[in-house]
Amino acid sequence: MVTFKADQPIAGNALLSRIRDRSGVRVHDCYQCGKCSAGCPVAQFMDLMPRQIMRAIQLGQTDLVLRSSTIWLCASCHTCSVRCPMEIDVARVMDCLRHIARAERIPPAEKNIVLSHELFLESVKRLGRLYEVGLVAGLNLGTLKPFANVSDVGLPLFVRGKLNLLPTRAGGVDLKRIFAEKKRDR
Amino acid sequence: MQTYSYYPGCSLHGTAKEYDRSLNLVAGKLGFELREIADWNCCGATAAHSTNELLGLALPARNLMLAATDGRPVLAPCAMCYNRMKVAQHELQDSSKRQVVERLLGRSEKLISEKKVSWSEQVSVVSLLQALAGDGIQAAIKEAVLKPLKGLKVVCYYGCLLVRPPEIIQPDNLENPQTMDRLVALLGAEVLDWPFKTECCGGSLALARTDIVLALGRRLLGMARDVGADCIVTACPMCHSNLDTRQGQIKAKFGESFDMPIFYVTELMGLAFGFTPKELLLDKHLTDAIKIVKRDDCPERSEGSRVTHHENKD
Repeated sequence: MVTFKADQPIAGNALLSRIRDRSGVRVHDCYQCGKCSAGCPVAQFMDLMPRQIMRAIQLGQTDLVLRSSTIWLCASCHTCSVRCPMEIDVARVMDCLRHIARAERIPPAEKNIVLSHELFLESVKRLGRLYEVGLVAGLNLGTLKPFANVSDVGLPLFVRGKLNLLPTRAGGVDLKRIFAEKKRDR
Repeated sequence: MQTYSYYPGCSLHGTAKEYDRSLNLVAGKLGFELREIADWNCCGATAAHSTNELLGLALPARNLMLAATDGRPVLAPCAMCYNRMKVAQHELQDSSKRQVVERLLGRSEKLISEKKVSWSEQVSVVSLLQALAGDGIQAAIKEAVLKPLKGLKVVCYYGCLLVRPPEIIQPDNLENPQTMDRLVALLGAEVLDWPFKTECCGGSLALARTDIVLALGRRLLGMARDVGADCIVTACPMCHSNLDTRQGQIKAKFGESFDMPIFYVTELMGLAFGFTPKELLLDKHLTDAIKIVKRDDCPERSEGSRVTHHENKD
């Protein structure tokens, strides 16, 4: 049985203090009431409940946390954060865990979600705006599902003129600078 | 006449074209002008803030910087763009983060006032619901209703991004917001209460985990149907897309057909103001939204529709 004292994470629990330093959120305060998990719209698809993520952080189980599907399935809806009786910003912790997992190149449990983020950002980096056709084509190739969402969503959207065939460009040098800095940031 | 710097975001130029069109028609009627921010960039949406803190701040910050140059309040009708801009403004109150972003966006130095108030804080960013919430504008809306939406039973779906995080977004009510309800009631529709006003649609999970979004969408559509709604109204392109475009897939997967029209709130306003479904681009929906209007037999308008929407070149 491990007990915690406020502001004194157990020796070696780098994750707990790292999260506090990066995000300002004190996961220390969680007492496992479970409201985060009860209200989470995606909980049924996660391998660990948000509540369990909080506990695993307190226990310093870095690998368990960073390799969970939970951190990638979290949709950032912030329901957990607004309902936490200890005012722990759970959604902010999830963002922070994703940043740490990316920085440390932890293989994500949800590869396709990460791939979709990467392709989205590749579009923003190159064009300054989202180019949906390129994003979906890249995702379908990357996931080896070339026809996913094509006939039932993509085609009807195309027929209605909602998918722009050609990308538009914006942001120029500013975006080049931002993405160059992001590369250093990792 | 209120003039806004208009930030359409990627959706309103693409998959949410009907939101853009209906907003512009409605804005023309209500006498406010939208001047699109020149060279705006994508806010980075979920992809940016989920993977890299700097990107999640710097991308919306650039748009804030452009808007600060124009000096007008920013109207961001996309709930995601609005949310990301507000969160970036909030986060950039932290001087160390602000310095990094300001250095990246070099030109911003010119914009920092003598009082050393950051440009990012100087810009007022409003969502569509906020822009339409004042007493004056609501009186104008009431005035503009030519064809009340009598008998139309509506549930208002706010989703996540127009209410959370509440310390930044400052909604009128966290679990039971009313701004959209009041707006739709002004149009003569019957607004129904329902428990999923601020439930999540799954957002960008639609791309890589479509199965989850279909399950969440089915839940939302089912609840709307169970409380007796004819349609769902939203002010978020993600919510609209996940509910409107996915009903075919939901039917294929769960064998359940909802056939539930999903409207942008500006589309309902446009109908009540007398614009035709065609003018409002309602034929761009994947789930038929026109037959429900035809039921009430919306008259064609003879007066031409003015669009006060032009790219800001300065």
